[in-house]
Amino acid sequence: MTQIVSAPALEMRGITKRYPGVVANDGIDLDIKPGEIHALLGENGAGKSTLMNILYGLATPDEGEILLDGVPTTIAGPSDAIDRGISMVHQHFMLVPVLSVADNILLGEETMANPIFLDRREAHRRIVELGKRFGFEIDPDVKVANLSVGWQQRVEILKALYREARILVLDEPTAVLTPQETKEIFEVLRRLAAEGHSIIFISHKLYEVLEIADRITVIRRGKVVGSRVPAETDEDDLAALMVGRNVQLVVDRGESHPAGPALTVSDLRVADDRGHEAVKGVTFDVRAGEILGVAGVAGNGQDEMVEALTGLRKPTSGRVELNGRDVTGTGPRELQKYGMSFVPGDRQRFGLVLSFPLEDNLVLTQYDEAPYARGPFRNETAIHDWAKRAIAEYDIRTPSATVSAGTLSGGNQQKAVVAREFSRDLKALILDQPTRGLDVGSIEFIHRQAIAKRDAGAAILLVSAELDEVMELSDRIAVMYRGEIVALVDGPSAQREDIGLYMATGRSDPEAMAATTTSMTAAVAAAAGADAGLTGSSASDAGLDANPDASPDASPGPKTGSGPGNGPDGPDRGGGE
Amino acid sequence: MNTLRRLYALSIIPVVSIVLALLVGSVLIILSSPASQGHLDFLLPLTAYEALIEGATGFSFLNVDPAQHLSFAISFDGTLAARALTNTVAAAAPLVLTGLAVGVGFKAGLFNIGGTGQVLVGGFAAALAGAAVAHQPAPIAVTIAVICGALGGALWGFIPGALKAFTGAHEVVLTIMLNSLAALIIVGLVNDVFKISGPTFARTAGVGNATLPILFGRNGSLGVLIALAVVPIAYTLIYRTTLGFEIRTVGANPSAARYAGMSPRKLIILTMTLCGLFSGLAGTIEILGLGYYPAVFGTSIGFTGITVALLGRAHPVGILLAAILLGAMRAGAPSMQITAHIPLEIIDVIQGLILLFLAAELVIRRLLRIRADRVTPGELKSVARSYGQGNV
Amino acid sequence: MEFLYDIPVLGFVFQLLGYIITAVATTNLAPQTLQLATPVALGALCGVMNERSGIVNIGIEGMMLTAAFVGFMAAMLVDQAMPDAAPGFFGATPALVVGVLAAIGAGMLVSALHAWLSISVRADQIISGTVINIMAIGLTGYLNRLIKPQGSAGTFATFHPPDELINLPVVGWIFRMFLQVGPISMSVLILVIVLQVLLFRSRWGLRTRAVGEHPRAADTVGIDVIRLRYRNVILGGVFAGLAGAWLTLEFNASFQNGMTANRGFIALAAVIFGRWTPLGAFGGALLFMASESLGVAIRSNPPPGDLGIWLSGLQAQFPSIYNNFFSALPYVLTIIVLAGVVGRSVAPAAVGQPYVKEGAS
Repeated sequence: MTQIVSAPALEMRGITKRYPGVVANDGIDLDIKPGEIHALLGENGAGKSTLMNILYGLATPDEGEILLDGVPTTIAGPSDAIDRGISMVHQHFMLVPVLSVADNILLGEETMANPIFLDRREAHRRIVELGKRFGFEIDPDVKVANLSVGWQQRVEILKALYREARILVLDEPTAVLTPQETKEIFEVLRRLAAEGHSIIFISHKLYEVLEIADRITVIRRGKVVGSRVPAETDEDDLAALMVGRNVQLVVDRGESHPAGPALTVSDLRVADDRGHEAVKGVTFDVRAGEILGVAGVAGNGQDEMVEALTGLRKPTSGRVELNGRDVTGTGPRELQKYGMSFVPGDRQRFGLVLSFPLEDNLVLTQYDEAPYARGPFRNETAIHDWAKRAIAEYDIRTPSATVSAGTLSGGNQQKAVVAREFSRDLKALILDQPTRGLDVGSIEFIHRQAIAKRDAGAAILLVSAELDEVMELSDRIAVMYRGEIVALVDGPSAQREDIGLYMATGRSDPEAMAATTTSMTAAVAAAAGADAGLTGSSASDAGLDANPDASPDASPGPKTGSGPGNGPDGPDRGGGE
Repeated sequence: MNTLRRLYALSIIPVVSIVLALLVGSVLIILSSPASQGHLDFLLPLTAYEALIEGATGFSFLNVDPAQHLSFAISFDGTLAARALTNTVAAAAPLVLTGLAVGVGFKAGLFNIGGTGQVLVGGFAAALAGAAVAHQPAPIAVTIAVICGALGGALWGFIPGALKAFTGAHEVVLTIMLNSLAALIIVGLVNDVFKISGPTFARTAGVGNATLPILFGRNGSLGVLIALAVVPIAYTLIYRTTLGFEIRTVGANPSAARYAGMSPRKLIILTMTLCGLFSGLAGTIEILGLGYYPAVFGTSIGFTGITVALLGRAHPVGILLAAILLGAMRAGAPSMQITAHIPLEIIDVIQGLILLFLAAELVIRRLLRIRADRVTPGELKSVARSYGQGNV
Repeated sequence: MEFLYDIPVLGFVFQLLGYIITAVATTNLAPQTLQLATPVALGALCGVMNERSGIVNIGIEGMMLTAAFVGFMAAMLVDQAMPDAAPGFFGATPALVVGVLAAIGAGMLVSALHAWLSISVRADQIISGTVINIMAIGLTGYLNRLIKPQGSAGTFATFHPPDELINLPVVGWIFRMFLQVGPISMSVLILVIVLQVLLFRSRWGLRTRAVGEHPRAADTVGIDVIRLRYRNVILGGVFAGLAGAWLTLEFNASFQNGMTANRGFIALAAVIFGRWTPLGAFGGALLFMASESLGVAIRSNPPPGDLGIWLSGLQAQFPSIYNNFFSALPYVLTIIVLAGVVGRSVAPAAVGQPYVKEGAS
């Protein structure tokens, strides 16, 4: 953590930016020294992204100025920012999945052999060399779609370095990384800082910020509310600054009193859109009155498993029982009638119809049941009454029940989904990324609701890529790695490090990490090998019992960064009408 | 939103688009006047539009004396008006149906451009069925012929619907191909198989008692009633039933529809078949009105249905109104051609212009500072989304 | 060989194959196929330019029709002004050259409209394409009726390659195919190859593909997504314009309402078939139109043997269906290909979605 005491590399003074209805940035002052790792802390919606968009030229401030090395500058747009040495690694990766690593790095900063054609050979050389400088082995021809999120992260950083960035902005870089990968990235960042690069590290994760940053600036509701040095502060202090009150970041889980198993899964195998086996014989049960959390890096089969359990995808083999009833391959409507509810991971895509009024959304999964329907006709009065009750009970902030759901904030949208799914007589509940992208208040609310449901006797399966959430809520924790459950442990006593290792390697062996984190070729080969080795036998399984409804569509939806998983493809599953 | 404001918000853009289209149309008419009149005539649009209105409604407000002087003279001839209005209504009836054929499709996120083919197949089926029951008592003959026509159109909607549902192929290209195919197949069948000897041109046998009874005027047939009846049926189906809710959900967000337990596949097939049925009914009305199917039969009602649906914002009532407007234009066009020597095809140009201004809605709002809320059907946005995705 | 022909049902297939091989070697079936495929191939190149950049363009049909009409009228006017101009290479008169340029200009203009509607106005792109199609039919129909053009500027002449080349034993037909055609048809292969190379090896190609897949990623590295899309869509209009020019200046010497006969939509299927690559789309165009070309050949030059007898019998009994069958083949093929291939052939990920810059209201 060397600090060079000198003039700030970057200064942002009095930055104000207004959008219709909200002041995103209100007189923000920020200064970054060369070789410093500076953390910007704030919860979702506080204004961090807006500030960085301004720095990167994606937005212009209404007031205030930016100084680079003491010189007032106007940044006209991303290419201008890049020319001035500012590079940004976005929270949602800005990589084109079908292009190679080299093409992604070249894009916008192309190395040319002549005015028309690219010089791929020279580019290759430069990229490999750059990678070596920071301790990893790059294969520039690999398609980005085939890389893990950890490696995609590295490619993003390489993009910045290829452009000789002096100031790197990283927006929530660890959101999708395992604890081990996070450690790796931190190493790289320290190296960069030592070489004189300045790094702005945006995050809402308090312990990470305390670990990596030289200085921390906290933003709340568009204003700077405090600046700290890690040595002088702790998580509670930062949390209070971030949220503005003493907040109980961790909801009191209380004791769970599980009864018998409600949801039983035996040797479940599920194929993905391409016919490869994504879930390879998974067995577990969720007892009534407990929360079983499934931890894992996105893309290890969780989406397919959840789809199989909720009736959106037919398993190739295996058995699912709900309170003793065999519900393998049953469609979503039947499952709902048997008492299973589901809060989907991508609320805007699966959970809601944004252009429909809120009240229609509140009956989206019950629209043809009494009292909301009488025979083939809808009962609009009943729907309206229910909507009024739901809005009050679940504290959904909305001007009325008839505004379209798209006008609600993320937190209120999720509350609407929760209102719809929680308000039934539930035996089993599946929660998929239930608090992604939400503000602290909504997160608290939903966590409390989940615990209340648990205490009321529901069996809850929680799938989340946010390890913190899993650890906070779960009575038992399962780790999913490459389609298998590689660990099933007690929740309250679990250790982050151990879970992290399982998430990253499927084993509790730290050495397994080494190879795949320094060599891209090894990582890709390992990934392909793991699939191929099992594809050998499972492809025939998948082929023979293959989901007859799986169309040969190659839905692209590659697993990039924090994007949502593939939507289920095509058709009717099970007995769904 | 209170009703009046909502009405304003719904209709302002279509109305403005029509007005602008007529304005640009008049510029075109003026520019064409050297070719049609022999000299530049700035007042030509006035006479042209007046003739159009007169042909459609019988209402005339200009008088041209032999010296080519124009004077305002509002006149209203009862018999002329009756005939004109009947023409308008008769022209509008099939347009209501083809408009619904496109509009209902929009609700499900589908763009049904196959109206042309579906109309032909429906009309052909009605002609064959009608010829088969030509000597049955009229009520039976008509009913059977109409049902067969509807089923024919439904078939030509079912095919692209099933193909899209099972393979993901986009309905736009599929339906256009089927349009061409329908024409080719039917022409071949009429010429080689179903042609009757006797008439000077190739056509199928007469439908005899299956002809649609005339209810008023010269051509106000049962078809008008059919079209009118379908509107409230379509409305109730789309907005008041659970099936309609499913259709709209699939159109707005197919992923959420699946999550809610709906079957996008089934709904797509069902909707396309229903759209085909509507077009088939339109074709049936035309052919049963004609009395037989001539090999060279061609009609633009399928195509015009697209304009009707877009102008009517994919809502049954809007479609009804739009169909009446476009029917009026069609009814008045011959009179315009006679009086002002403007080719009939100007109506097609004006239609295209209306669509152009509808599409440029955002620009028009900004230019004219229209502040009404946007009520564009969200479904219209999802049509392009499914292109080339290869899945439903 | 002959014994194969006598097998009961399969025999017909072999006879057909034999007929095709002979026809390719001896008649002008091959160059005819290229010629018929020209408007579809050029339309497909327009489609590739558009969709690789992320814009759906179903208005290719309308663009072609408009260009055909404009090119025809321009050529006719120039020809009336300069009736004695001597034809040059390819039988090119100033009238024909002006016609082609006018057609290209018309294609670019209509493309600019589509670009404006799709990119700036952010209308639904399929609606925009439909508007163009409807306007094209309406305007050309109207003007055609109003002006009633008499006479024409004629067409380009087919090139006659040297006999040594086309009489080469095994490969002679290839030379015939690509050289014994008019200028626009001859340019197709060159355009296809150039576009293919540029799309995958040049900076423009890389940026275009990125914009079509992930415009925001391109935006964040400083690429002007809007300008790139505008440029590509308008350039695509050049190809649509050429296609229109072919119709009235190389194939027919006149203009008829709706003469494009939905070829613009077959072009779209060719794009999908060719996985959005110029070379693949060209192959698709050849495939789809080969069926029509074969039909023309069979009708003018019936195959010998049992196959020929059976076909003539059919023709005698069902003349209208027989003729229409061959005209229908491209449409049937298109449907089959679309239904079979679409799932496996993946469009650029961002196609059809208007791009809104971050931070913009």
